Amino acid sequence: MLYSILIYDSEAVVDALSEEENTARIRRHVALQETLSREQRLGPVARLMATTSAVTLRPAAAGKKVVLDGPFAETKEQLVGFYVLECESLEQAIAAAEALPLDSGSLEIRPVTWFRPGG
Amino acid sequence: MDGDWLAAHLSAARPPALAALTRYFRDLDLAEEAFQEACLRALKNWPEKGMPDDPTAWLIFVGRNFGLDRTRRRQRREALTAEDRIEPAADVEERWVESLQNRELHDDVLRLLFICCHPELPPEHQIALALRVVAGLSVDEIASAFLVGKRTMEQRITRAKRRIAAHRVPFVPPTAEERQERLRAVSTMIYLLFNEGYSASGGESQVRTTLCDEAIRLARWLLRLFPGEGEVMGLLALCLLQHARTPARLDERGDIILLEDQDRDLWDQRRVAEGSVLVEKALRKGSPGPLQVQAAIAAVHSRSPSAADTDWREIDRLYAVLEQLQPSPVVTLNRAVAVEKTRGADAALESVETLAVELDDYFYFHGVCGALLAKLERVREARDAFERAVVLARTPAEAAHVRAQLEGLRRRDEPAS
Repeated sequence: MLYSILIYDSEAVVDALSEEENTARIRRHVALQETLSREQRLGPVARLMATTSAVTLRPAAAGKKVVLDGPFAETKEQLVGFYVLECESLEQAIAAAEALPLDSGSLEIRPVTWFRPGG
Repeated sequence: MDGDWLAAHLSAARPPALAALTRYFRDLDLAEEAFQEACLRALKNWPEKGMPDDPTAWLIFVGRNFGLDRTRRRQRREALTAEDRIEPAADVEERWVESLQNRELHDDVLRLLFICCHPELPPEHQIALALRVVAGLSVDEIASAFLVGKRTMEQRITRAKRRIAAHRVPFVPPTAEERQERLRAVSTMIYLLFNEGYSASGGESQVRTTLCDEAIRLARWLLRLFPGEGEVMGLLALCLLQHARTPARLDERGDIILLEDQDRDLWDQRRVAEGSVLVEKALRKGSPGPLQVQAAIAAVHSRSPSAADTDWREIDRLYAVLEQLQPSPVVTLNRAVAVEKTRGADAALESVETLAVELDDYFYFHGVCGALLAKLERVREARDAFERAVVLARTPAEAAHVRAQLEGLRRRDEPAS
């Protein structure tokens, strides 16, 4: 079954990370990606730009839509990236997430119900 | 959880926590001291007991307790009784979290930045103060970024603080116009900070990119707080698009490589992408400002695969908008390059000739004139202009660049004479 790992973190904290810490974090991501790729379980992976680059569409009166600046909601933690991966069980998905750095924020594991790889 | 992570959390919490504490105590020095103390306690507590749900709220509580204790003791009263103490209990914490997310705190952080922009403070003092107070850099770090001694910087910051203490910015929520005025002043200060780092070169550039990074960090803060402000988008975009060129700007000797000669493959494409998105977002709001237009000009360069592909017509058009929004001799001077590319060196020279008096002390003015005169084969006048530019150069790299052009003129001259 396909699972997603949704990575939430405080952008202000990520922004304040030292170069070394940042490099150490990326190294753990690359390591997980290599493992999953070898096992042919790796789907799309994305790191999202800062929420300040986002716009949000919301329904407005008379069937119109408005385009708002920023993310949908102002929260302490923001969605900063995600993985899609093939797992035999929830246990396996949790094990994969455990390989990722988690000193702040959260990793949400959410099974995927429908997926189209694109192309 | 290691030290690095803690430091990142404390640094991320600094602007909102310090802003809240300043509002609470109405005293920047006490607020700074209280925040400092709260950080020390966090360094002791968090590794043992784990990270609180809301680190910023935790720091505000602890800082507030410390500050209250301090003021009461100062007033020669007894220390706080147990029930006086505000404990960071869950329900109180939630209330704080709510208040942290409201508009008021956004204005508080803006206010904190704005008091650093006191109009009587020279710009370099404003940015030193913002680095110390808002970004939380140590005096040592700021001194080395500005290439001055620690004592000099310490005195500069102390004097600047005394100055702003005398000039009180009210704590009442600003009106819409006041908010715009504050955003403008703060954006200008952040862009100055960026340029302070960006205009450095050679051996200095290593230390001074810190200033660019801090400026970008502050711009991100400002935009997170005011995500719908086109000019703040423009500010962040402009910094990102220019900083994207940093890896291509200097040769191995530390000399400047002009935009048209830079290896564009070295440009940081992540910064280019983010900057370009922000420009597009800002411009579709339909209320252009000087920072947005400058960012749009930078974006035109960023999307040109080579210097020869540059859309100079678009750049000339954007400069015309900028001249209207922010008439200044420097803008007209910068436009000259676009004028030269679209209408020729003659027209470009004509467009800058009226600036001679105003910009007589400006390095770039003589550099641009020299280059245009050289193109028009007015060699002697070109040499005069370049020689004046060498005298006015602010960094060794600038001077070296002009000397190279003088050398080029000489070589052109010799066979003819």
